[in-house]
Amino acid sequence: MSTQLTTPTDRQSAEALARSKGEPDWLVAQRGEAAELAGTIGWPKPEKVRIERWNLTAVGRYEKPAAAGAVSELPAIVRELVSEGTENLLVQRNSGAVWKQVAGELSGKGVIFTDLETACREHGDLVQQYLFKAVSKDEDKLTALNAAIWNGGVFVYVPKNVEVELPLQAILYNDDQESTFAPHILIVADNHSRVTYVDCVITDPAAAASPFVHPSIVEVFVKPGAHVRFGSIHSMGETGVDMTIRRAVIENDGRIEWIIGDLNDGNTLSETKSVLKGQGSTSDAKVISVGKNAQQNSLTTQAVHFGKSSDSNMVTRAVMKDSASAIINGITKIEHGATKANGVQTEKVLMLSPKARGDANPILLIDEDDVTAGHAASVGQVNPEQVYYLMSRGISKQDAERLIIYGFLAPVVSEIPIESVRGQLQRLLERKLEG
Amino acid sequence: MTTQFVIDGLKAAIDGKEILKGINLEIKGGEIHAIMGPNGTGKSTLASALMGHPKYEVTEGTATLDGEDLLEMEVDERARAGLFLAMQYPSEIPGVTNSDFLRSAINARREEGNEISLIKFIRQMEGKMKDLEMNPEFAHRYLNEGFSGGEKKRNEILQMMLLDPKIVVLDEIDSGLDIDALRIVSNGVNAMRSEERGFLIITHYQRLLNYIKPDFVHVMMQGRIVKSGGPELAERLENEGYDWVKEELGIVDETVGQA
Repeated sequence: MSTQLTTPTDRQSAEALARSKGEPDWLVAQRGEAAELAGTIGWPKPEKVRIERWNLTAVGRYEKPAAAGAVSELPAIVRELVSEGTENLLVQRNSGAVWKQVAGELSGKGVIFTDLETACREHGDLVQQYLFKAVSKDEDKLTALNAAIWNGGVFVYVPKNVEVELPLQAILYNDDQESTFAPHILIVADNHSRVTYVDCVITDPAAAASPFVHPSIVEVFVKPGAHVRFGSIHSMGETGVDMTIRRAVIENDGRIEWIIGDLNDGNTLSETKSVLKGQGSTSDAKVISVGKNAQQNSLTTQAVHFGKSSDSNMVTRAVMKDSASAIINGITKIEHGATKANGVQTEKVLMLSPKARGDANPILLIDEDDVTAGHAASVGQVNPEQVYYLMSRGISKQDAERLIIYGFLAPVVSEIPIESVRGQLQRLLERKLEG
Repeated sequence: MTTQFVIDGLKAAIDGKEILKGINLEIKGGEIHAIMGPNGTGKSTLASALMGHPKYEVTEGTATLDGEDLLEMEVDERARAGLFLAMQYPSEIPGVTNSDFLRSAINARREEGNEISLIKFIRQMEGKMKDLEMNPEFAHRYLNEGFSGGEKKRNEILQMMLLDPKIVVLDEIDSGLDIDALRIVSNGVNAMRSEERGFLIITHYQRLLNYIKPDFVHVMMQGRIVKSGGPELAERLENEGYDWVKEELGIVDETVGQA
């Protein structure tokens, strides 16, 4: 059985582990404090989902990673996700990075793309300015837990005015559920830089199917005029619990684009939030999810507007099969002083079985008069009139429903600007929908 | 063998209320039949019952196409057997492009492994769209989503042309069309006239029949065909309305199933 939660959240053992890995003093101290906090504060409380009923204890223990000698040594399920011709690839297996490659051209321009543990050692001053600054470690037990035990992870730094053409790709997988799998992803895009980061988080289905927890945090800092595209597909096994908090802080005229595919087979807590701090900052979030069996999903997108003329758009579409459920929250918050801000959101759930459950909760919190905001939400089943229409052209019932379901997801999938992510998402979607 | 479509004693109900009270009609390949009648007399119910709309329950009768009873089949099987219904209110399907839909419909009629090649399909589709004076961008639009009434009707005719059915039912294809669109749609239908194909045109305006010349005209009232004749019957209805038919047959209320 897996190690209980008490072990990794103990101050002493968190500090001891950090020291044994040669981590800098500031990080050892941060982990120690967080471990203590994790023992005292509660789990996040999303709307209408009682996550404390999930198996949250199977955090596992740290397993020292063994570096891979070549991409060809990685398992097939990882290799098939590697984008063709990619020069910038980072792979995390269980508790740490096992593969890194970066184009020399990028390093030459000062771009950093490495695992976060290495970054803490080699670029400590830089990392320290940002780590746990968008997400605070004392928000809840999840953030504290991640702060105490995070491992491997990703660090991206793009210097001023540098544009990274090709996507930086990370693949994070676990194949040993006794090991802690708790990445922390930190992206800093300096003034007027551009970068696209894509990752896949998966479980090797060949590994033993015991419970595990993936407590993960993503922090993105978009400096003035910078543009970050963040694409992420989670497709972990059904014995896992995925809890992922993503947050971006966007300064003047900066832009973030989130593309999230929540395709896990296990219970999922997914929160994606943009803090639009700067004037003219913009955020676009697209989330799709497919649920099956008795899986529970809590999917939240959030935009908080501080900057004048800031703009946010959030779209979530979920298809629920069997007795799966999706509680979808969209929160647009416009603070006083954020004049001319515009926030739009849409949440839709399509239920494929009478036992499936969907809930869309659009929430607009507006403390400023001079703004525009809009929302749309719907929850429903496949429309029999549409099925009839397609069948009247000779298309079988099964294919008709398939067309309607893919059509429901198409407005998100077809607009994904990164071709490799679109292809991967399409493939994983098909696998989950047909499976 | 020329196409033969026979409706025999067809009765159908919606929500337990009988709307069709025994329809008999025979259509051979090459023939165009028109069914006319005021609103609420069961014309569109006939179209929907033949296609197999889930809300309509056939309670009696048969409809055979070349000897096969369509009413025993699922909706998609009826279509593949050669029945096509151009609908009065086509559904909108978000996220499914017109061209993906059309290709799926064509391939549904072909064996697996023998799907139409993309190039051939595009050539066919673009050719027919040109005939119907449709903007090429409609191939990439989501199926019927945001189409105007006239655009939807043209899109129905486009489907008919690409699917090459044996029996075509046009349900109020002329409603909501301006004269230009009516001409284009009618040209599309006329171009499809052939010895192998029969048409059943449902309308309550005679003007469509100026463009598509029927061989037989039937009047429907109270869920039955109450009068049949040649093209001259349509002209008389246009000039004199339906009152003389009602008088002749002693019908006071021509509608059926109205609460």
